[in-house]
Amino acid sequence: MSKKNQKPYMNPYLGGVLLGLVLVIAFWVSGRGLGSSGAVKSAVVAGVETIAPSHAENAAFYKQYKETHPQPLKSWLVFEMLGVVVGGFLSGALAGRLKFKVEKSPKITNKTRIVFAVIGGILFGFGSQLGRGCTSGSALTGMAVLSVGGFVSMAAIFGTAFMLAYFARKLWI
Amino acid sequence: MGPLIVNEIISENTNLFLAFLIGIGFGFVLESNGFSSSRRLAGMFYGYDTTVLKVFFTAAIVGAIGLLFMSLFGWIDLSYIYINPTYLWSSIGGGVVMGAGFILGGYCPGTSVCAASIGKLDALAFIGGIFIGVFLFTEGYPLLEGFYKAKYLGSPLLNEVFNLSRGMLIFLIILAALAMFWVGEWAEKRFAHEDYKINQK
Repeated sequence: MSKKNQKPYMNPYLGGVLLGLVLVIAFWVSGRGLGSSGAVKSAVVAGVETIAPSHAENAAFYKQYKETHPQPLKSWLVFEMLGVVVGGFLSGALAGRLKFKVEKSPKITNKTRIVFAVIGGILFGFGSQLGRGCTSGSALTGMAVLSVGGFVSMAAIFGTAFMLAYFARKLWI
Repeated sequence: MGPLIVNEIISENTNLFLAFLIGIGFGFVLESNGFSSSRRLAGMFYGYDTTVLKVFFTAAIVGAIGLLFMSLFGWIDLSYIYINPTYLWSSIGGGVVMGAGFILGGYCPGTSVCAASIGKLDALAFIGGIFIGVFLFTEGYPLLEGFYKAKYLGSPLLNEVFNLSRGMLIFLIILAALAMFWVGEWAEKRFAHEDYKINQK
């Protein structure tokens, strides 16, 4: 698809207002904000319970999780994230942005980009569990409800990324 | 009246269906703003594209004002809104690890799913990494539990810590956000790159 067919992105301030309204609707309907990493946790727990049921019954984390979530996949965040796949696809389709592609700085190879994407994913996945939520669940939603934890998460995530940006610059610029 | 689920106006299954619709809105808005592009997201940390800052803070402010107004109108009972508990050390530690993941991987979990939905293969690799990272945590939990539960503060709100009203804190956050937006607009001009087109123009 040529660049000419791609529509420009939305004005970011308008985008922020719309994202904030989605967040407000989530609060009003479900009494909770948006999230992402929790859906992966549900999928991992469900996977372990299926593949290694005896391990899931004995290991501390799964045992504790089972007490509060008898059916891990029947969770709010799992359904919300399925919606994200559909919503992202619809927006991409309407704007002419559907395309298989590896996005990166012209200075690095596709292989380098993929390796760092996996490493970044591992760190983000691990950190999101340690920090009880990621950018959407802990930082964005936490800030909207004015929770101290939300501001701490936001400062720690963005502060660290800023401090490390110099060392990772070849990946992006 | 709200939240609908807590006041049993909707059933548990309706709540999950509405979660799916809310997710569609979430994914649509993220993609429309280019959160499906890792170079755009990473641009935040080099100044050449500060969309993340603008969208993120505008959304947090709209969310906070929305909650405040709905409670003043009697549309929602704020005591039923879930507040993530604060465990200070794991919150900072987790945030630092996530920050490193962000700058190396170029996505966060929500944006990676959004990007994968339009065909970004690096986002798919990132999602694979998230699964591995979450699995490492759930398996390593016995070793991490002490740190994970240390320095528990309850669910404090920032306005209570500073002894301000909700509205006054939100007003101060708006002033801080306006200052940051001004810096962001300046940075996008100062750190612009020839091979990177902001807003695809």
